[in-house]
Amino acid sequence: MMLLAISLSFVIGKVILIAVILGGSLGIAMYSTWAERKVAAIMQDRTGPNRAGPFGLFQPLADGLKLFMKEEIIPVLSSKFLFILGPSLAMLVSCMTSAVIPWGPDLQFADGSIFSLQVADVNIGILFIFGAVSLGVYGIMLGAWASNNKYSLMSSIRAASQAISYELALGISMIALVMMSGSLSMREIVEQQHGFWKDGYFTWYVFKQPFVFLVFLVCSFAELNRAPFDMAECESELVGGYHTEYSSMKLGFYLFSEYINMFITSVILSTLFFGGYNYPGMDWVAAHVPPMIYSFIGVAVLLGKAVGFILFFMFIRWTIPRFRYDQLMNLGWKSLIPFALINMLITGAVILFFNK
Amino acid sequence: MGIHQIVFWLLSIMTLVFAIGVIMSRNPISSVLFLILTFFTISGHYVMLNAQFLAIVNIIVYAGAIMVLFLFVIMLMNLNSDTEPQKNVLVQFAAVISGGALLLVLIAAVKKTFTGLEGKEIDLVNATDIGLIKNLGKVLFTDFVFPFEIASVLFLSAMVGAVILGKKDKEIIRSVEV
Repeated sequence: MMLLAISLSFVIGKVILIAVILGGSLGIAMYSTWAERKVAAIMQDRTGPNRAGPFGLFQPLADGLKLFMKEEIIPVLSSKFLFILGPSLAMLVSCMTSAVIPWGPDLQFADGSIFSLQVADVNIGILFIFGAVSLGVYGIMLGAWASNNKYSLMSSIRAASQAISYELALGISMIALVMMSGSLSMREIVEQQHGFWKDGYFTWYVFKQPFVFLVFLVCSFAELNRAPFDMAECESELVGGYHTEYSSMKLGFYLFSEYINMFITSVILSTLFFGGYNYPGMDWVAAHVPPMIYSFIGVAVLLGKAVGFILFFMFIRWTIPRFRYDQLMNLGWKSLIPFALINMLITGAVILFFNK
Repeated sequence: MGIHQIVFWLLSIMTLVFAIGVIMSRNPISSVLFLILTFFTISGHYVMLNAQFLAIVNIIVYAGAIMVLFLFVIMLMNLNSDTEPQKNVLVQFAAVISGGALLLVLIAAVKKTFTGLEGKEIDLVNATDIGLIKNLGKVLFTDFVFPFEIASVLFLSAMVGAVILGKKDKEIIRSVEV
């Protein structure tokens, strides 16, 4: 049978790859919390964390330790199972998305064997990401409802309606990109953006579909529940938002899953629009360095782009004030969705009449 | 028993257990959660049939969007046993009749699917690629284009209806304010 035909070395390789990806995303998410504070401090003319270690680099470790040591409080009138399920689900879903991302060019070993730096090359990669994103809201909703707190419930309703509204615009905008690429597989979309310049135009999709990128970027802010769309955690109205009743590491899971989501979203943005692991002059590099090094340069390029996006998310957070709820809904339903629809229509017409 | 069959039986048992959980649990929230799990196992069946597109769309549309709205409504409705309206005999009678009619239709559909398949082996591993997105799109936009477009018009009309229902009636608001 098909399922039994996979070899042991393949399984071990994939397990190692998954462990590295998970560990890497957790590590980057951990240092995102540090970077967030540093960026905020620099933008507000402060010093930021500088007590624990050089430049406060051990601050995330100290925070993690603190969260583990805190007393764990579960409200008496809450539904205990769902209360614990909420943060666990948030964490699980945010770790799931990384499975379909191609992290770099295939590794080529000395004996000629090839190892793909992608956990699963499914032919519906983009839809898988949408599926995982649409499930992300359950963690918030279940946890908030199980807290038996009205503020949490209000916050979860905001989060969910925001997520559903912006998923629509996200999906419709992506159709234009999928029409151009003719594939839903992440690997294929990255391969189409090979290099930087081909046939007299840029290969990266951000230059081919700038409006899709714009809509996608705005929607990812909303999907991440991040400023300026962090209505679900609006302190002035909702105490702490959906995690008001949470303490200890369960609170940590909620906060942490947001940072993992931010990292994964940055990777997806760079993969879909900024060429993933492709960079200008990669053919020259491929000809001059060993294949192993070439693969690792690709991974480093992708991570570099992702870090750029993370910093961008942070700059926006400390620059633009929070939207009002009705403004958010107006932007989503009355601006982004029609905009994405018109863009889809024009793209389709251009592809049909000019054959690209 | 091959691995395919083992997975099939596991998935089927899980699907049935979760589906029974939907109707047996007292708490409406856990009913919804069981329903979400049922959708996941059904998506597993789609994957077994090499229909990844259907599987993921099932999750995105049902588990990701529709069930979130269900959860919404149930969380806001405060469904306790003492606030639940008592149904009279007539309503219960109508429910039994409509449920029975649905069961009849389902059994007829299943029976029609199976006739002619007795004794035939279906190679699940090398099954057709009809569930893959390319083939599905071709079939939808050539053979079934008319029902497909009709369905989309139906959805559009439902959306327009919802917007009209949700629109604030100025007359009503004025009377409330006075």
